[in-house]
Amino acid sequence: MADPMRIRAQAAGGNATVRVLMAHEMETGQRKDAAGKVIPAWHITNITATHNGNTVLTGEWGPAVAKNPFLQFIVKGAKAGDKISINWKDNRGESRTDEATVS
Amino acid sequence: MKHVRHLMPILLLCLASAGVWAQKTAADGIAEYRAMLADGNPSELFEAKGEGLWKQARGPKNASLEKCDLGKGPGVVKGAFVELPRYFADTQKVQDMESRLLTCMETLQGFKAADIASTAFGRGEQNNLTALSTYISAESRGMKFNLPNNTVAEKTMYEVGKRLFFARGGTHDFSCSSCHGEDGKRIRLQDLPNLTQNPGAGNGFGAWPAYRVSNGQMWSMQLRLNDCYRQQRFPYPLFGSDVTIALGMYLGVNGKGGESVAPAIKR
Repeated sequence: MADPMRIRAQAAGGNATVRVLMAHEMETGQRKDAAGKVIPAWHITNITATHNGNTVLTGEWGPAVAKNPFLQFIVKGAKAGDKISINWKDNRGESRTDEATVS
Repeated sequence: MKHVRHLMPILLLCLASAGVWAQKTAADGIAEYRAMLADGNPSELFEAKGEGLWKQARGPKNASLEKCDLGKGPGVVKGAFVELPRYFADTQKVQDMESRLLTCMETLQGFKAADIASTAFGRGEQNNLTALSTYISAESRGMKFNLPNNTVAEKTMYEVGKRLFFARGGTHDFSCSSCHGEDGKRIRLQDLPNLTQNPGAGNGFGAWPAYRVSNGQMWSMQLRLNDCYRQQRFPYPLFGSDVTIALGMYLGVNGKGGESVAPAIKR
């Protein structure tokens, strides 16, 4: 199973800043191993962020996103105690969802 | 009607400081880059993984590491990192964080320490060891280095470490001190810390384990020292060998009073 994400969400001035750190190899499919064989692509393809269950952000990612990606965004109107949930899916069909509370 | 006369204040803006931007040194640029990265330092991922591993029952004996004595009593993690390497009575050896963890993994969990030590970096249990080191160092973040260094074994290790630090050899006739023995040295555009005294010793020793952005790897102090020897064209030191612990002892004692920022982020 994939390693957990680190999600921090801080409310300030009526909005909340969310910072997410995801643990993922993000292999591009362009590299070769020591034996000269292509290392198959393995990266996040879709991300979804929800605020109290409502989707606030979706994204389609590809091989250009770095290993262990960092994502930061602002949720308008989010306040302390609200729930922020992040989900990613990768091209192997694996997925991971983690939730954090706005502080 | 009252006649009021307003005197407009005249503001003189000194724009001479505009030239400062052009004079920004490479070190400033790197510091700025690190500050930007530090906000999302992926070492936090390894920290979380390490915390899970510390509490998880694993190995042939199916036990957690929660009873591991890192020098401050069984199970005490906070503050342990800033007092390592140190002498341990049970093994009768001076041990650093990684070698001590190996001892715990063997005695508590039943892993074979020698097998893990001979595993290449970045594979199998070595990855778990790095994550555990990251977690343990993070628990002492912001604390000041204060190695006990009061037993004969520790003082001997310090002295050995000092001699190793200045010992020149290899095809390039290098020593650690060639690069880290005085202030103001650099490699390419990066400043090198002077590890013989503070602030360099505290900053240098207190930054590892660190996440290296350039290769996306988490590096422990053992791997850092291993790579230093590679760069000097020396044979690789064995994992957790006395050479690496003696050097750790020398750096740690020199860094006394320095603040630990580990796990840090490196370019």
